[in-house]
Amino acid sequence: MQVAREPAGRLPRGGRRQGFLATYLTPKLAVSRRLTLALGAAAFVVIVLVWTLAAILVDNPSFVPTPVAVVQAWVDMFTTQGFLIDVGWSTFRIVGGFLIAALVAVPLGLLMGSFEVVRAFFQPPINAIRYMPASAFIPLLILFQGLGESEKLTVIWIGVFFQLVLMVMDVAQRVPMEMLNVAYTLGASRWTVFRKVFLPATFPEVVDALRITMGWAWTYLIVAELVAATAGIGYFILVSERYLRADRIIAAILTIGVLGLVTDLLFALVSRWAFPYVEKVQNA
Amino acid sequence: MSSLEFRDVEMEFRSRAGATRALDPISLEVPDRQFACLVGPSGCGKSTLLMVAAGLVRPTRGEVLADGRPAHEPSASRGMVFQSYSLYPWLSVRRNIEFGLEMKRVPKAERRRISSELISLMKLDGFAEAYPKTLSGGMKQRVAIARALANDPDVLLMDEPFGALDAQTRQIMQELLTDIWQRYRKTVLFVTHDIDEAVFLGDMVYVMTARPGRLRTVIPIDLPRPRSFETQSSPRFTELRSLVIEVIHEESLKAVASELAATAAS
Repeated sequence: MQVAREPAGRLPRGGRRQGFLATYLTPKLAVSRRLTLALGAAAFVVIVLVWTLAAILVDNPSFVPTPVAVVQAWVDMFTTQGFLIDVGWSTFRIVGGFLIAALVAVPLGLLMGSFEVVRAFFQPPINAIRYMPASAFIPLLILFQGLGESEKLTVIWIGVFFQLVLMVMDVAQRVPMEMLNVAYTLGASRWTVFRKVFLPATFPEVVDALRITMGWAWTYLIVAELVAATAGIGYFILVSERYLRADRIIAAILTIGVLGLVTDLLFALVSRWAFPYVEKVQNA
Repeated sequence: MSSLEFRDVEMEFRSRAGATRALDPISLEVPDRQFACLVGPSGCGKSTLLMVAAGLVRPTRGEVLADGRPAHEPSASRGMVFQSYSLYPWLSVRRNIEFGLEMKRVPKAERRRISSELISLMKLDGFAEAYPKTLSGGMKQRVAIARALANDPDVLLMDEPFGALDAQTRQIMQELLTDIWQRYRKTVLFVTHDIDEAVFLGDMVYVMTARPGRLRTVIPIDLPRPRSFETQSSPRFTELRSLVIEVIHEESLKAVASELAATAAS
């Protein structure tokens, strides 16, 4: 979500003389957009510098490769190591597992949020299972399902489903009662109120919940692939470790970061396109 | 004819701690085309009474009659306006206003005619296709009133509709509402805790007491209509206003005294 900068937070110009401390170290006081961007960029520069320094000091590329070496490894992975296929496998698993989880979790969450009987039945077990880490299920799932794709999809499903259900339920519960009541007094039937008021009222926040849980799905996938897989980014990382290729490991991790960022951006774009009416929350 | 009658409406909320009495038996009749204002301290159950009238809450005992017929379910003949506007953010101003008409399957051309008329009447010109997020509080509430009026209900129920607005906007909205009422002559039950507002708008002011809510008194407001901004500077307005304030003040003192007595007894 775009964070709106509040110029109102700035102190009025002129009048009292403002020193460095007053300008930059007044709690919660907004600074210029240019400075914000510059500081963000500076952080990356600092990270790269420290990293480079560490690589020079350690002087062992198997453990700490230089940033340049990682970029070279990254290019090499895609051009000669067939890393794109691993990325493809991982993406397929993420999308598959996530879709199956969402297809069940969203309707169930909406029902739980609107009907007390449904909530009373499903919430206690889901609440309990939510605290069991999806990765802990992997050995059990391997016993049940073997090492194939269904095991990977199930790990993601477990990781996403139980969180998502409760988030969607929460969204449904937050729909203001008055929104529904107005519809009744305008002559709408219960079914119409559900379809024309309740559902649309939940859509934007459901997409938000999907976006957040999608990020978590990556974690579970990589763990599943680290434990047992013959392809995928996690598998690639595991193999690189055996060959002491820290450069490739780092490049693979960065790839996951980029993929996560791209998905997040896609969700944000879809959200903005589909729900132009949503009021931007101003959280400074 | 579209009267609204409460017959011994009584309300209790049951919880594990026992039953809490929210409304003592209340009987009152709002005759056809009357603008009735219900004032009282917060927590006196005036909003609950309105929800009962809308058919959104069922009373523990007693019943509501609309036009002499029991009204247990919400219906398009009793429109409601809430303090929180509760517009549908995903619909444009026009589609919000047309919502009830869509429910009734009114043909599109007719819907458009009605919504256009209300848009200009409510001074929302130029905002027909805007989403509610772009509107100010006063405009949002004008859309909500237009949405209720579009349905042409027999009775209009309003629950502190201007309570969230700033003083200037509220003033303008009151003037607008009295003009609108002059034109449509609906039976209105208007809940507020603003005494000036009640006297300015109402034909009758019903004063309620604090919990458990009871009807304390009825004060007829004989200010001439149509009313306008000037009405509020007339001596009669000031007189009536003082009268209502006096009654409420007496009531508040009693409430404090009984609270003290209850504390001393326990």
